[in-house]
Amino acid sequence: MKNAIIKIENLQKHFGNLEVLKDVSIDLYEGENLVVLGKSGTGKSVLIKCIVRLLDADAGKITVTGEEINHLKSKELDNVRRKIGFLFQSGALYDSMTVRQNLAFPLKRIKKDLSLEQVNAKIEEALENVGLPDAIDKMPSELSGGMRKRISLARTIIVDPLIMLYDEPTTGLDPVTSDEISALINKIKKKYKTSSIIITHDIECVRAVADRIVMLHEGLVYKEGSLSEFEKSKDELIQSFFKNEKHH
Amino acid sequence: MKIVPVSNIRRYAHKKTIDLSDETLTHKSKFTEFIKNSGDVALFVVNVFRNTFSTEFEFKEFIRQCYAVGNRSLGLISITGIVIGLVLTIQSRPVLVDFGAVTMLPGMVAISIIREMGPVITALICAGKVGSGIGAELGSMRVTEQIDAMEVSSTNPVRFLIVPRVLATTLMIPLLIMYADILGILGSWIASNIKGDVSFVLFITQAFGDVDFMDFIPAVIKSFFFGAVIGLVGCYQGFNAGRGTESVGVAANAAVVMGSLLVILVDLIAVQITDLL
Repeated sequence: MKNAIIKIENLQKHFGNLEVLKDVSIDLYEGENLVVLGKSGTGKSVLIKCIVRLLDADAGKITVTGEEINHLKSKELDNVRRKIGFLFQSGALYDSMTVRQNLAFPLKRIKKDLSLEQVNAKIEEALENVGLPDAIDKMPSELSGGMRKRISLARTIIVDPLIMLYDEPTTGLDPVTSDEISALINKIKKKYKTSSIIITHDIECVRAVADRIVMLHEGLVYKEGSLSEFEKSKDELIQSFFKNEKHH
Repeated sequence: MKIVPVSNIRRYAHKKTIDLSDETLTHKSKFTEFIKNSGDVALFVVNVFRNTFSTEFEFKEFIRQCYAVGNRSLGLISITGIVIGLVLTIQSRPVLVDFGAVTMLPGMVAISIIREMGPVITALICAGKVGSGIGAELGSMRVTEQIDAMEVSSTNPVRFLIVPRVLATTLMIPLLIMYADILGILGSWIASNIKGDVSFVLFITQAFGDVDFMDFIPAVIKSFFFGAVIGLVGCYQGFNAGRGTESVGVAANAAVVMGSLLVILVDLIAVQITDLL
């Protein structure tokens, strides 16, 4: 039987009068890439922000590696967050720091026992993994959109997370760079044995990375299944995603 | 004139699909928002205070912020300080000459600058330069999810971003004020020599002959409060900026307006307390 590393049960979240998540239950199993698909504004990003408690859920239960996170205190929450890597839509690199400092930032705080040599070695390894070893002393403002995403990915994997949460990893990138990012997601899964939730509406990315897909619509889980099940589906809403993409 | 009940307006708005929110119709939101904001500010200040005494102090970031607040404001404060002294002297000298009291000029200018002009004007300049800078920097960090990224990587953003900035302004703004005071007195000496002839030593002796302990100490104490207020307001506005890019401008603007207003209010309270002593 598959082991759920993240278990989301009856999650609800609203902003003012707007109910974003009405009743969402999703499991992320160990070692899988779970794609959460849906139109803009269906609460995909809200969902993963609730997992790391950047947003507090209004109701429902979220369990990460067996720990219910809803009522954790600050230090206990930090311990759970250390197991999770979060790739932000914008990359969220620290503007005032070089690439090296950006990568060292989480490392020095999460793995405090590492020596300076070990920190530098880890930074170089992470940059090699994303194919940008020469960017080490550059400022984020000197990097292109795709490079920023890759560096951000390097900063996320440098602390060896168990779980990866990707918030629209290919949005705003050209098709070639998008494919490279999708390949990196697969490489990270293979190399670091991570379990990942990938929020996206980029069907090419879905095809490249998805082990399983959950589709959100109007704050509810609309359909759950494999890529082939989604592609074969006659449902109009599902087809609107897959058909439109084929025309491109 | 026929008065239309609120419920009818709402129904009309609904039919015509005009988006009139409850807040617009009931007017109660502003008061609720004021109470909520006051609570948020109080919680923020308590949070900053609690994290200031944490064992994990970000010393490097504190030094970086001291440099940003202090060194980068030196040019502006230098010009401001000298101009305060020049203007004050040029404006008051003719009147004092008429009364034959020109020898009182250095003392009068020194007391004005040390007690009031130096601290308040420097603090207002800092509220503009430093406060807006902090508001915009933290605001853009919020908009580009950098603060969220920090939080997710188990770093307390209040400890890393807010505490060093508030401590830096609390420490550096009093130093900038003292620096502006010195340059103000120097400016006054320069202005005195435009129309008259007074040696620097004589000018300083006359100036500090009239300044006593109670002119100096309250001004220094209130300078620390000015610094803390500017840092706290800038950080609060930036840290709580909205998600859109326009909120960066709003945060910077609010940091200047609220910071300047609070500097004047703190000055009023300080003057009242000093008056009682």
